[in-house]
Amino acid sequence: MEEVKLLGTWASPFSYRVLWALKHKAIKYEYVEEDIFNKSELLLRCNPIHKKIPVLIHGGKPIAESIVILEYIEEIWPENPLLPQDPYERTMARFWIKFGEDKGPIFFNFFHTVGEEQVKATEEAKELLKIIEEYGLGEKEFFGGDKIGLTDIVYGWIACWLDAFAEAAGVKLLEADSFPQLQAWADRFKEVPLIKDNLPNHDKMLTYFKSRREKIIASATS
Amino acid sequence: MEEENKVTLHGTWFSPYAKRVELALKLKGIPFEYVEEDLKNKSPLLLKYNPVYKKVPVLVHNGKPIAESFCIIEYIDETWKNSPQLLPEDPYKRAKVRFWSSFIHQQLYEAMLTVMKAAGEAQGKAIKELLEKLQVLEEGMKDFFPNGTPSISNRNMGILEIMICSLLGPYKLQEEVIGIKIIGPEKTPLIFSWLTAINELPLVKELAPPQDKTVALLKFVRENALKSSSA
Repeated sequence: MEEVKLLGTWASPFSYRVLWALKHKAIKYEYVEEDIFNKSELLLRCNPIHKKIPVLIHGGKPIAESIVILEYIEEIWPENPLLPQDPYERTMARFWIKFGEDKGPIFFNFFHTVGEEQVKATEEAKELLKIIEEYGLGEKEFFGGDKIGLTDIVYGWIACWLDAFAEAAGVKLLEADSFPQLQAWADRFKEVPLIKDNLPNHDKMLTYFKSRREKIIASATS
Repeated sequence: MEEENKVTLHGTWFSPYAKRVELALKLKGIPFEYVEEDLKNKSPLLLKYNPVYKKVPVLVHNGKPIAESFCIIEYIDETWKNSPQLLPEDPYKRAKVRFWSSFIHQQLYEAMLTVMKAAGEAQGKAIKELLEKLQVLEEGMKDFFPNGTPSISNRNMGILEIMICSLLGPYKLQEEVIGIKIIGPEKTPLIFSWLTAINELPLVKELAPPQDKTVALLKFVRENALKSSSA
């Protein structure tokens, strides 16, 4: 099998999406931790356009953008599929994946704003969570049905990162009484062995996000 | 038409996203019913089919609705396997096509919209950014067209052609409205010859809305944006 390399960072949900997919399919890979403040030559060469992680390098060929990487992994290694076989169901999974990508920047506005703007951004984030819960998840156990699929992996940040981001930013987002189904999904998701065994350290994340938040506040009020 | 295998497309004449789907359906020779939506007065059917975005396009196949143009096109390609194949077979090539489709859809589209809606210094800055992104695309497309002159026909039109056509097909009209040239044989030779080849196809000409209607709409969008930014 050709060599597989993943360039990522320890705190990035985008990095973890790819990691989870690789592990789910039992694909052997080499992980390279990137320093986003001192990007390696390899990263800049493999993703000259966006200069971001994650990047997957398969047999020397680089692929950038986490969703593009995930679709690639699914196609090259179809065993233990993460997308449904039925074309319509597959399209619906892709629809939700795209929704998450489209709304991503809007979602994290609450972390990058202060004062009035942050209040508004938090409300907008909650509206998006409501849509995801009502139309995306519905009554299902997982987005993928009775076991996790690509959509669950892509929304993993809701279950495993959102709390830390929200706490660091001093807001409350995914509260169990406002989003009972989504909270229940998050709890189930975190218990899946693949996920449970592959998560960044929560305290380390919180410390890191808090320091990033301090910098954001400092530049907003300077 | 019977319910079985019935295909309906909900769109608007000016939506580039709906245009993408229309192109895909016509390229594949898929018979469909077209429903023109009034976005100021959305039909209950549209809201039922696309409660998440409440937008066009929506494709309905066998009574099941699909929204989001790229998702729809992928579905079309997977369900109707006749030529042209809109996404390549090879997974690595598919990944590259997905990457660049995303670039055109997110980065280029947003850059273009910013230019359209800005004036003065702000427009100058937006144009610079758009031109930079066009250069990035120009470089990227060399990978797809190593011989430099894309030869496009109904048989080899793919999703990248559909994406670029929906955004920049009417580039001459866009240039007329913003007052700046953005595509040309000197600065963006590959994109220029690519668009020329695409625009020459009878199918593309047939699906393009009347030029005066497009110009009027672009001017309206621009004037509206300038009015509200100076209000």
